[in-house]
Amino acid sequence: MIRFDEVTKVYSGNPRPALNSVTLEILKGEFVFLVGASGSGKSSFLRLVLKEEKPSKGQIHVLGQKLGTLSSRKVPYFRRNLGVVFQDFRLLPQKSVFDNVAFSLQVIGKSKGFIQEAVPDVLKMVGLVGKQQRLPHELSGGEQQRVAIARAIVNKPSILLADEPTGNLDPSTSAGIMTLLERINAGGTTVIMATHDAGIVDQMQRRVIELSAGNILRDERHGGYQTQAVPIQAIGVEDLSLRGADE
Amino acid sequence: MRLGLVLGEVGSGLRRNVSMVVAVVLVTFISLTFVGTAALLQLQINQMKGYWYDKAQVAVYLCTETDTTGNCTGAKATQDQIDGVEAQLSSQVLAPFVDRSYFETQDEAYQRFTTQFADSPATEFVQPSYLNETFWVNLKDPTQSDVLTESLSSLAGVQSVVDQRGYLDPIFSVLNAASYTAIGIAVLMLIAAVLLIATTIRLSAFSRRRELGIMRLVGASNRFIQTPFILEGVIAALVGSVLAGGALIAIVNFFVKGYLVTTFASTPFIGLRETAIVVPLVIVIGIALAALSANVAIRRYLKV
Repeated sequence: MIRFDEVTKVYSGNPRPALNSVTLEILKGEFVFLVGASGSGKSSFLRLVLKEEKPSKGQIHVLGQKLGTLSSRKVPYFRRNLGVVFQDFRLLPQKSVFDNVAFSLQVIGKSKGFIQEAVPDVLKMVGLVGKQQRLPHELSGGEQQRVAIARAIVNKPSILLADEPTGNLDPSTSAGIMTLLERINAGGTTVIMATHDAGIVDQMQRRVIELSAGNILRDERHGGYQTQAVPIQAIGVEDLSLRGADE
Repeated sequence: MRLGLVLGEVGSGLRRNVSMVVAVVLVTFISLTFVGTAALLQLQINQMKGYWYDKAQVAVYLCTETDTTGNCTGAKATQDQIDGVEAQLSSQVLAPFVDRSYFETQDEAYQRFTTQFADSPATEFVQPSYLNETFWVNLKDPTQSDVLTESLSSLAGVQSVVDQRGYLDPIFSVLNAASYTAIGIAVLMLIAAVLLIATTIRLSAFSRRRELGIMRLVGASNRFIQTPFILEGVIAALVGSVLAGGALIAIVNFFVKGYLVTTFASTPFIGLRETAIVVPLVIVIGIALAALSANVAIRRYLKV
């Protein structure tokens, strides 16, 4: 579903790579947490999957497409298979809940009939029945994130990317959002979520990929957030010594 | 693509930047009026050239009793000399260039002079003998008067060979200079218009960057994203060019037809037929430039 082959991403003006020769594969229907400190490369990873950035080196395959050879004209059509959710929701403040979700369907040319059917369905799924005509600022943070999630999944994408979706929410609201993401995952959608929320990762016991300074520190099934210093230090040193041997 | 949605976006964009849109309309209006005026002036010059050059003749002036210029020695051209010029005109060398020619005697020249300058006091002093006998020659190709000048001006009894087109050239060069000035001003104004359109579109895109970001995120095609902005530029420029077209029609109708035609009755002037060619041209130029500059301006927002 998503495969990275020795992907390196270097931003101009910064000699240290945001991702350093990362190789990994994410399968269909998986629920993956991306964890790591700020600047460890989580967001770069998500942007590369979206083809908002080009890798400096290496190959990325998403949904059977080789992103390196995807022409920029085809990128919009490729993105219709991906849903994205952000920490800051990114809703249109002057549009109602319904219109925010409908907007994403209108701009990809869906018919009015389809929109009239699909939007109430997805709003029901995320638990916003009866709030269709509210404006974003009339909703709580959790509800706004539900609108954002509704917008991301209304076109039934195969992959949902979430960049710290609970970063602005309190624990109990976060739990609600996680239940929703779990339900979306149960429907067959691959979910990749970058997060700093240890409680959520420990509780869910799903695949965890930990990044540090652009390198994969660990990749475990049923993992926890594991911020305990000792093992990370150990792997970090080993990693450094390995690199030293290479040079 | 959903037309209603696109047009809605265009409308809200135009409303949001109303002052910039008005600036675009005015600048395109004025610059295209200059473009159109320059084009009309060129058409006018061509028309006058066609009309006057057709009438312009080459005059072969013969000597009079008092003349000492050219080949003249103060003696009137003799009949032999006159016959010599006539023979040259109908010779194998010159005949292919000559369309028709006729001889004007001093009396005929005096007749023409007195009618032409009827109000002038000069008619009282001028005697028929002061005026040149003249061969008036119409050429098949008016530009080849040099051939006639070369072969006739050295003949005895010929005072000078004059191409009447020479009198017209200063008029045309003045008109040409005016039309090039108009084109120069038009080009400067068009550059301003293009930059203004680009700035307006950037501003419009900037004020809608949230929408643009979401559109790109959910996979709206580039064409869908850029169409409202290009239409915005095109509509503003279209209003400006239609105004320019109206101004051109007004100029031709009120200034040319209402004033020039009645004042200079003997001169042919352009009319609404020529305007009907220039106005669509001006509108097409306006739309094309707007579409182009809006397209370039919005491209930065489409990078993926």
